[in-house]
Amino acid sequence: MNFETVLPLAPWVVFFPVLGIILNLLFGKRLGEKGIGVIASLAAGLSFGVAALLALGLTGHPEGGTYHLLRWLAIGDFTADWNFRVDTLSVTMMLVVAGVGTLIHIYSIGYMHADVRHEGDPARFRRFFVFLNLFVAAMMILVSADNFLMLFVGWEGVGLCSYLLIGFWFEKGAGGIANAQAAKKAFVVNRIGDFGLLIAIFLIFYNFGSLDFETVFAQAPQVAAVLPGVILAITLFMLLGVTGKSAQLPLYVWLPDAMAGPTPVSALIHAATMVTAGVYLVARSQALYQQIALAQDVVMWVGAATALFAATIALGQYDIKKVLAYSTISQLGFMVTAVGMGAAVAGMFHLVTHAFFKALLFLGAGSVILGLEHGHEHAAAHGSHTEEGHHAAFDPQDMRNMGGLRGKMPLTFWVYLIGALALAGIAPLSGFFSKDEILADASLHHPAVYVVLTAAAFLTAFYVARQLAMVFFGKPRSEAAAGAVESPPVVTVPLVILAVLAAVGGLLNFPTTHWLEKWLEHSLYGVQPAKFILSVALISLAVALAGLLVGWLIYGRKPLADARQPDPLARPLNGLFLALENKWWVDELYQALVVRPYLRLAQFLAQPVDQGVIDGLVNGVGNLMRATAQSWRRIQNGYVRSYALTILLGVVLVITYLVLR
Amino acid sequence: MIFGLHPLLLVTFLPLVGFLIILFLKAEQKNAIRWTALLTSLATFGASLAMLAQFDPARGDLQLVYRTSWLRVGGISIDFYLGVDGLSILLVLLTTFLTPIAILSTWSAVEERVKGFMAFFLLLETGMLGVFLALDLVLFYIFWEFTLVPMYFLIGVWGGERRVYAAVKFFLFTMFGSLLMLLAILVMGLQAGSFAWNDLLAQRQLFAQTQLWLFLAFALAFAIKVPMFPLHTWLPDAHVEAPTAGSVILAGVLLKMGGYGFLRFNLPFFPEASLQAAPYMAVLAVIGILYGAAVSLMQKDVKKLVAYSSVSHLGFVMLGIFAFTQQGLAGGVLQMINHGLSTGALFLIVGMLYERRHTREMSAYGGIWKVMPILGALTLIVMLSSAGLPGLNGFVGEFTILLGAFGSQVLNSPYFAGAATIGVILAAVYLLVMFERVFLGPVRVEANLSLKDLNAREVITLLPVLVLIFWIGLYPAPFFDLINPSVERLVALVQSMAVLAIH
Repeated sequence: MNFETVLPLAPWVVFFPVLGIILNLLFGKRLGEKGIGVIASLAAGLSFGVAALLALGLTGHPEGGTYHLLRWLAIGDFTADWNFRVDTLSVTMMLVVAGVGTLIHIYSIGYMHADVRHEGDPARFRRFFVFLNLFVAAMMILVSADNFLMLFVGWEGVGLCSYLLIGFWFEKGAGGIANAQAAKKAFVVNRIGDFGLLIAIFLIFYNFGSLDFETVFAQAPQVAAVLPGVILAITLFMLLGVTGKSAQLPLYVWLPDAMAGPTPVSALIHAATMVTAGVYLVARSQALYQQIALAQDVVMWVGAATALFAATIALGQYDIKKVLAYSTISQLGFMVTAVGMGAAVAGMFHLVTHAFFKALLFLGAGSVILGLEHGHEHAAAHGSHTEEGHHAAFDPQDMRNMGGLRGKMPLTFWVYLIGALALAGIAPLSGFFSKDEILADASLHHPAVYVVLTAAAFLTAFYVARQLAMVFFGKPRSEAAAGAVESPPVVTVPLVILAVLAAVGGLLNFPTTHWLEKWLEHSLYGVQPAKFILSVALISLAVALAGLLVGWLIYGRKPLADARQPDPLARPLNGLFLALENKWWVDELYQALVVRPYLRLAQFLAQPVDQGVIDGLVNGVGNLMRATAQSWRRIQNGYVRSYALTILLGVVLVITYLVLR
Repeated sequence: MIFGLHPLLLVTFLPLVGFLIILFLKAEQKNAIRWTALLTSLATFGASLAMLAQFDPARGDLQLVYRTSWLRVGGISIDFYLGVDGLSILLVLLTTFLTPIAILSTWSAVEERVKGFMAFFLLLETGMLGVFLALDLVLFYIFWEFTLVPMYFLIGVWGGERRVYAAVKFFLFTMFGSLLMLLAILVMGLQAGSFAWNDLLAQRQLFAQTQLWLFLAFALAFAIKVPMFPLHTWLPDAHVEAPTAGSVILAGVLLKMGGYGFLRFNLPFFPEASLQAAPYMAVLAVIGILYGAAVSLMQKDVKKLVAYSSVSHLGFVMLGIFAFTQQGLAGGVLQMINHGLSTGALFLIVGMLYERRHTREMSAYGGIWKVMPILGALTLIVMLSSAGLPGLNGFVGEFTILLGAFGSQVLNSPYFAGAATIGVILAAVYLLVMFERVFLGPVRVEANLSLKDLNAREVITLLPVLVLIFWIGLYPAPFFDLINPSVERLVALVQSMAVLAIH
């Protein structure tokens, strides 16, 4: 495939999903659920097809190229264009986004069919697919951008889709408003990150004279030699954006709440694709980061700290999706560490395999939730022993209500097991290889980081075992779990495909072939050949197995008897477990340190300052005028004698003045 | 020439034709009056497009100039002098674009005294167009003050409960500001022997000594109109009490007269004073951005929230203008248009809700997206445009302003832009809170369950604005093409003075 012939197709990775949106908006109502789902899935699928063609084109022309679509902004010496960058890095991202995206579109046809009925608003089916297509379009803009401004368009665009989809059931959640609040939180926290990215963009423009990747990266060494502080500022402000989008310390707090979105959204946006945008950005900007060791160290430590921190919280969660959410934050920490260390290939490798196995886990969790909802509705319909109060309170995502699903949902169990073991890093599944590459690099250059990541890997295996045991083993702990049934093929077929990818994804950068490395080294800056270190691999495998074993000993051997029994770790760990369960009270801390002070300040400005002082002054001037006029009016009393007196006084004054001067 | 008339004369005075026709209609003929007003304003929009067709965007100077001697006072000629350039042409188009939309929004909202309402509305349009086109300072001042009168009545007669307080406050506050401007105009005209813009520009050395005072006199009038912090308190009251269409025009066009005034008069007439004042103006602008956003968040009345958001948004405009860079100035001009579109549309939306529920308290709503999905979706887009989401119009303006301010040599510090960028976060906060309170969550109030979604007329009212929101967001090049040459001239002019001042 000739590169020059496929290059003009590049904008179609965006146009196809946009076309899907337009078609569904115009005709979706008439077409019904099937039609809507097919159009949306086709749009994502065609986008994948274009990405695949571009990849084929790149095999013969790996240095890639840029397709100019339209001039966007031009004022004075500032220009920014709609330029699509087609290189091995961007196309890798396109393939992941559109590939996993298409599978999730298909899965959603089945999932949302049930979900919209469960939530009682079937008309919202179409809206879901419009948002999902919009997400693919925005994500494609992000990854195919050739300059920082276009990247920023996609960056905030995916944030919008995240907002819309977290709040998809905007009248649901605790108090009817929790989902909407979670959506708002995601948007605002991301905006804080975007503030950083914007500042970075300004700094880039004034120090490089352009926002185009090529121009900026080519000058990076020269600028760094003269103005290292500027590069440090750029990279750290950019990191603030990364911590927002990729849910790292200190801005990760929105992602767990984002689980309020329907499960396919959690899989696509909040696990496989959008949240990796920060990793992509740092990988893309390696030319900047690798100039300044301090910047790299900061990124690396933010990632490593997040990896460990989030893994601890995952231990204390009961919500099946919350566990996965903290796991995602932790795994993103691994990726950020990798790109921070300059091991960008390893980071991208883990990004790809994580997209496979974490999408699989989320969709598997979705299948479990569907099963439980079905079981719950079945039980309620038959009115067996369900009490009224119990009905409202039932949470189909609480792992304490599950148990024994291995037998009820065998296919879901097996694919979930593959995903879980890949996450834990068990050879020869994909997660083992990609995580190992990060660990190997850390062990060589940053031993302290290596220790932290290994600890995080142990905890990962541990909470994976805990989750597997609570969900699939033991006996059903609720009627819903007892009545759960396997999901339909439209749900399970994408699961099977993802399971295959999660199993064999390690081949992408297998230690002997290093395909991904050879592919990405054309577009990544400063790629060092990865080393496979047998001892590191064996240790990480041993650590993972140990984690699984300990987890199994605590949760699997003696499963929870009923839904109200406390976690076996709650007593021995006592206060510590409470801290984990409450997510180290970080949300409460932010409330106290940021949210409430701002609200108090705003209230102070709105009432005493604005209405009191400022408007008070204005009205005060008005009142003063009126009062003055009132008092002067008394002089105008209409009596000739008082006027005569005034004149007399005046005459006396004037004469006195003339005499005395 | 269009129909043998000069295009600017046609644009400015076409609304008066409708005004005259309406005077001859009976007050009971409400629909005839409405249609007359709508068709007149549409014809005016058409005329402004014809003006655009004759406009050469490559030139940055004043075009389509119409000048005729009008009055002679004490040997000084006051001319009837109109012209248009890249600083004003989009504002003219915005005025002619928003007026029919505002009129359409009154179709069922204004039932009382329709005749007077429409008559004032068309008068107002002529006044606003005159402000943007007048090039003789006395003529400008006449148009400037003239706009107060119809707006005063629109608020005072068709407004809410405290309409008289709001109308008087609006009138006195802005009148107070413009008196000093009148004084400055007279001083300049008498000194230079002419009130014509280009004569004064050519002789601006005459005012070199007094320019700081003259600058302040003009600036006070314009800063009140913008409004800049801390001169903004007339705005929330005026907005809350004004009828929907009045709010649309007030926010959409009248506020822009302030920003335009700075661009047309302060910067070119008093460049050194402008440069001197720039850091102070920028501080006020940044305070306005952050302060408006914070106060906005605390409002319970949705119209007040949008009103304070204007203080924040126009802070961006002022920051761009006083950055004295091409990006800042061009962004400032475009952001005036953007604010007119987004905030205009927000007021239209509030009006649509008000018409149904007769309250603007956000606590009376909640969950409206579910009962009014079309309105929910359209509001979402407008809200995001106001929040500066990339791909929509607001971002293009904000980004260029911030970029221009960040590297401004006049402000000489990135902290202005840096602090202003925090406003981007705060904008998301108050707008999302507003959207959440009104549109998200469950429907809590019984009366909201039976709300009817938008009808065709209401959709048509909003649709043109939405088209522009996307157009400017995705492909702003044609708009910047109109703005850029004039901004280049302005920057060159101010910079040449700055160089002189230094040497």
